[in-house]
Amino acid sequence: MRLGNIDKTTWIYLGIALALFIVPFILTGRSAQFIMIQIFIFAIFAMSYDLLLGYTGIISFGHVMFFGIGAYSTAIFMDRLDASIGALVLAVAVAVILAAIVSFIVGMLTLRLKSHFYAMLTLGLAGLFLVVAEKWRPLTGGFDGFTFRVPDLLSTSESLYTLSLISLILIFFGLRRFTNSPFGKVLMTIRENEERTESLGYNVLHYKVIASVVSGVVASFAGVLYMLSLRFVDTSVFATDITIDVLLMTIIGGVGTLVGPILGAGLVELAHHWLSGLSDVHWIFERWIILYGTVYILVVIFFPLGIVGTIRKKMAKRTAVQARSIKK
Amino acid sequence: MAILETNELSITFGGHVAVNTVSIQIPEKKFTSIIGPNGAGKTTFFNLLSGQLSPTGGSIYFKGSEITGLSAMERTRMGIGRSFQITNVFPNLTVLENVRVAVQSEAKVRYQMAAHFLHYKKFLDKAYEILEKVFLTDKAEMLAANLAHGEKRKLEIAMLLALDTEILLLDEPTAGMSLEEVPAIIAVLKQIKEQKDRTIVLIEHKMDMIMDMSDEVLVLYHGELLAKGTPQEIVENEAVQSAYLGGDFHGQST
Ligand SMILES: Nc1ncnc2c1ncn2[C@@H]1O[C@H](COP(=O)(O)OP(=O)(O)O)[C@@H](O)[C@H]1O
Ligand SMILES: [Mg+2]
Repeated sequence: MRLGNIDKTTWIYLGIALALFIVPFILTGRSAQFIMIQIFIFAIFAMSYDLLLGYTGIISFGHVMFFGIGAYSTAIFMDRLDASIGALVLAVAVAVILAAIVSFIVGMLTLRLKSHFYAMLTLGLAGLFLVVAEKWRPLTGGFDGFTFRVPDLLSTSESLYTLSLISLILIFFGLRRFTNSPFGKVLMTIRENEERTESLGYNVLHYKVIASVVSGVVASFAGVLYMLSLRFVDTSVFATDITIDVLLMTIIGGVGTLVGPILGAGLVELAHHWLSGLSDVHWIFERWIILYGTVYILVVIFFPLGIVGTIRKKMAKRTAVQARSIKK
Repeated sequence: MAILETNELSITFGGHVAVNTVSIQIPEKKFTSIIGPNGAGKTTFFNLLSGQLSPTGGSIYFKGSEITGLSAMERTRMGIGRSFQITNVFPNLTVLENVRVAVQSEAKVRYQMAAHFLHYKKFLDKAYEILEKVFLTDKAEMLAANLAHGEKRKLEIAMLLALDTEILLLDEPTAGMSLEEVPAIIAVLKQIKEQKDRTIVLIEHKMDMIMDMSDEVLVLYHGELLAKGTPQEIVENEAVQSAYLGGDFHGQST
């Protein structure tokens, strides 16, 4: 690839990415860096969710199960083998393969049916994983979970920051390529009109299942990173709250874009942090779900396209107006 | 030789027989028109041919082999393409993307995930070529949702052309277009006809257009095949005239 071929937006994204590498030198506090790491991880997770919701039009209520698969694979390998890079690589491989198998099976079972079947089966399976994690005490520590060590190389906040950021950048550009490929465009036509896509000669089921697998694999990787940052696992990594979180991140940021979920992850994570600080002030700030419900309703009413979607639409309108005035 | 053939094809919607034991042969590389009053079952008949609906009776043959049980996707891949009467484009994709996705399918570029679509310059070129044919070049970057009705109809036709199938089933391509826009579409159809390598089946109400272009005309009436013949034979056919209430089928525009 010649440098001249790279478009302007890519340069902007690369610029922002580089700037983010400098942040740890400015924000030296561990807790600030921790929040940034969480944002990066959930940005990855939310992008994977948007691949389903925004690009392909598939609704999942149990996306957290892939996150949890990544989380438990990492925790168990770190605990049972050793806290080495080798064990981590093995954990990633197992997480990715498991997530791929599960998302493939769920996809094949439900994606030829009406869309709510996928939503319901993922919800049910996520619940099943949660129960298994609770009951399989010898391996998972049950409800209480367990702590573990991570490879020395990744034990500092700075190194984890760097790893998460590099992962985010690679996955962002990878998914951007993917959604801009001939394949990715077909995902969008499926979102727009499934029957018409079929009548153009595309096997819609194949596309949806592949989208489901890519999304599941990316989500499981987010789960791996999450564990490296927490060094503690419990059954909450399978909780539906997390699915609702990423749903909110995606919708606030803007469905059908990749930048949207990243921004959404930033906003929601910051809000989490800020609101939990306020819980001393009033109990209502501990009740996420009330606040979430409110924010969610407001966003859907006032920004149905999310932040990025709304900006894009404004810009598209402006260019359309400009084009018209030039013609005159 | 017939490229497409139906044998006693029927479909019933909860007691209402929309297509009733219709047996026809569509001759290869010819221009066949289907006429009939609104509600006669023309669109439903197309839905059966293209696989959008499954018949409740009868069978369909393409080049002699039975395709009755095949999906719409399989039939498109075999070479039966169609356009829709009720515009059926992808609203939140640009006009160019709409056409490109159809070109891509024709070129069998289906599962390429790693290369940016801009690398497939020949598809873009082909898509632009087709947009030029239907006079949509200056709308290429517009979202399909923002097109005027007539322009959406043109895009619908462009997507069919992009599929480049042996058979083109066109369901009222000029319906709802402004009068100035119609000649462009007729020109496109004529051009395809003159290439003599495609089979065209056209549902239309505009009789002058049908008289001018058709090799053969089929008349559907209450789901049944009422008559078939050359345009001249059809105009003179008494059953057809009485079906249209005394020959009043010039200037039908709906
Ligand atoms: N999916 C459907 N379900 C029920 N009735 C239908 C359906 N599609 C068409 N019909 C009925 O079949 C008849 C033929 O419709 P159609 O094929 O659209 O007629 P035309 O295209 O000739 O105007 C109409 O009475 C219509 O109401
Ligand atoms: Mg019709």
